[in-house]
Amino acid sequence: MIRDFFRVMMVNLTTGKTNIIERPGRSEYLGGTGLAARLYEEFGLMDEDWDHPDQPVIFAIGPLTGYFPLMSKTCCAFRSPYHNQYTESYAGGKSALSLRFADLDALVVVGKAPRLTALCVGSRRVETRDVEYMRGFDAIHTGRVLRKIFPGSGRRSIMRIGPAGENLSSYACINVDTFRHFGRMGGGTAMGVKNLKAICILGDRGFELPQTKEYPKLYKHIFEQLTTTEMMSKYHGLGTAVNINPLNELKSLPWKNLQQTTSPEASNISGETFADHTLLRNAACAGCPVGCIHVGFVREQFQANNQYLYRQVGYDYEPIFSCGGMLEITDAAQVLRVLDVIEKEGLDCMSAGVALAWATEAFEKGVISEKETQVTLKWGDAETYMEAVELLSRPPNDFYRLLAQGALKCAEHYGGEDYACVLGQEMAGYATGEVFFVSEGLGFRHSHLDSGGYAYDQKHEDKDVKKALDFLVEDGRGRIVLNCMVGCLFSRGVYKDDLLAEAMESVGYGGLNGKMDEIGERVQKLRWRLRIGMGYNPLAVKIPKRYTEITTWKGPIDTEYLEALRTGYAARIMEMGAPLEDEE
Amino acid sequence: MKALRAARMERCIGCHSCSLACSRQVHKFLSWNKAGIRIASAGGLSTGFEAKLCLACHPAPCADVCPTGAMAQRKDGGVMQKKNLCIRCGKCAEACPVDAIFLDHQVNPYVCIHCGRCVDFCPHDCLEMVDLPKKEKEGGE
Repeated sequence: MIRDFFRVMMVNLTTGKTNIIERPGRSEYLGGTGLAARLYEEFGLMDEDWDHPDQPVIFAIGPLTGYFPLMSKTCCAFRSPYHNQYTESYAGGKSALSLRFADLDALVVVGKAPRLTALCVGSRRVETRDVEYMRGFDAIHTGRVLRKIFPGSGRRSIMRIGPAGENLSSYACINVDTFRHFGRMGGGTAMGVKNLKAICILGDRGFELPQTKEYPKLYKHIFEQLTTTEMMSKYHGLGTAVNINPLNELKSLPWKNLQQTTSPEASNISGETFADHTLLRNAACAGCPVGCIHVGFVREQFQANNQYLYRQVGYDYEPIFSCGGMLEITDAAQVLRVLDVIEKEGLDCMSAGVALAWATEAFEKGVISEKETQVTLKWGDAETYMEAVELLSRPPNDFYRLLAQGALKCAEHYGGEDYACVLGQEMAGYATGEVFFVSEGLGFRHSHLDSGGYAYDQKHEDKDVKKALDFLVEDGRGRIVLNCMVGCLFSRGVYKDDLLAEAMESVGYGGLNGKMDEIGERVQKLRWRLRIGMGYNPLAVKIPKRYTEITTWKGPIDTEYLEALRTGYAARIMEMGAPLEDEE
Repeated sequence: MKALRAARMERCIGCHSCSLACSRQVHKFLSWNKAGIRIASAGGLSTGFEAKLCLACHPAPCADVCPTGAMAQRKDGGVMQKKNLCIRCGKCAEACPVDAIFLDHQVNPYVCIHCGRCVDFCPHDCLEMVDLPKKEKEGGE
């Protein structure tokens, strides 16, 4: 049942001790991103770097996780190895329901294990295993071995890292249940630096439901809306890969390291092409009937005489943009082969693709040579990119070590900053215009998901700075409320504030009607306060020159408008993240 | 008499909506275990999903070993469950040949009663209710 307090498991890998703690604040923070920020405020070290052993890695779910469909994600918060500030990432799989059924609102891991370790938690279990023998195991192999050593088959979540996390790349991801990820900002490295190879969460408990008439009625109503209306058909059908063709037509598809925003080849890697030629099946996060996970397959002949193997690789819009168009790989199967290596190595696929796109252009321009890259990087050459991904994950030299810290860090050293496609982190796939560039460049999470800046660009030709900034702040706040619930952002058309409040009421936790906006604002401020407290200066964020050189459907980028948005949004962030004493 | 069949599991996307529906509607619980149908990935998500549920055997081995009549044979196959008679010995789960009975940590058994209330919650039509063939009386009448 939803409690008015949070039940949190704290695991200390240095001491080997585990505590269950209870904290108030459901009405102030709801859960998810709010709970994670609240826990970081209590347990995080503001004056120590990301790799200090006592920095926490936090996994938090929301009050409605499991109680309603699409309340199926987990928020992972940590101090990022990418920029050394507070950050977060979201993933589904079975992680959220497993935490719910382990009776935990959050799991907090602090400390550092002396050797590589796997952690298993459940409602009646805490166990650590020495898995030093798994050092260097890729993410898929790691999952296979873990399935054998921990119980709970079928209804547990296995979160693990690949070599990139162990080798402390700044953008190593945490693989969740094979096809989902805490992708951005280096969560895999936050685990890697703790010598934490994997976490298995057993969903081994159940909860009594309120015996009200409202709950089953509301559940059915929401379930029907999600499954029988057109509302979710985009995610279920072609998936977000459906965006390739329209963005290409809008001249908003980043291509060849953003040297272009459109290409006649784009249709070869469109959602339609993937569906027709490589889609094997769909899968879903536990607790979500939509099934937005698209699993493609690649088939390879490994020996003469018709000896084939096949691999299953998840795809979506962002992976196709970053490892397809950005590298000018225009064959769906070849895109999947590159993604497969990234998956195994445990890197964020967006960062890895965009970083290699920068490296290819730098190679082409003679800024770097084969002495650095060891391979001949060439647009469209999937075989070479597969080798380069492994070099990125297991760096043999300073060049790859720096590239694994981010394209811009590498460019600062070798040159070529102007065309490093970095907006806070390696960019997401929307070259839609000024609002998006500022939204991602200065955004909290450095994915495209803080707010719908990309959609704003596509709908507005006017250049009203105040209107755009109001949108970024307010749309961001709305998404934060859903992120406190840790509902899937795909469902944001369904779960409006009123429905969220009604859902809370139906499971016996009412009284929040009308307060959602207030909670959103509180959490928005707290998150920025944490970032700024760790040295974030939004005014210092630069938008690389490449972004001013492109043309979208609206014409050339308006640099004045871009600059006004950049400084304006930075000022808004500084206001939101002002220290508490200034507010009172 | 009808029985639930997981007829098209190759379509399953692993959303667990069926077991959550059973748990919620039949057992008034929130759980993916305390349910008459349980979905499991078999060796990771890349190998697809299987459903663990009662196959409506006749005679039902779980009913045979139940010492108190809490699990009683349904006429054409499967069992009826009378929770108030259960002494939580766990013998039913042991006897089930297909691991269709889940025991929680208090040894409460959860088994499919073939009510079909999960069917509407499967987004891919993996589940269906089918007519069981009528059992002939002993002696072949």
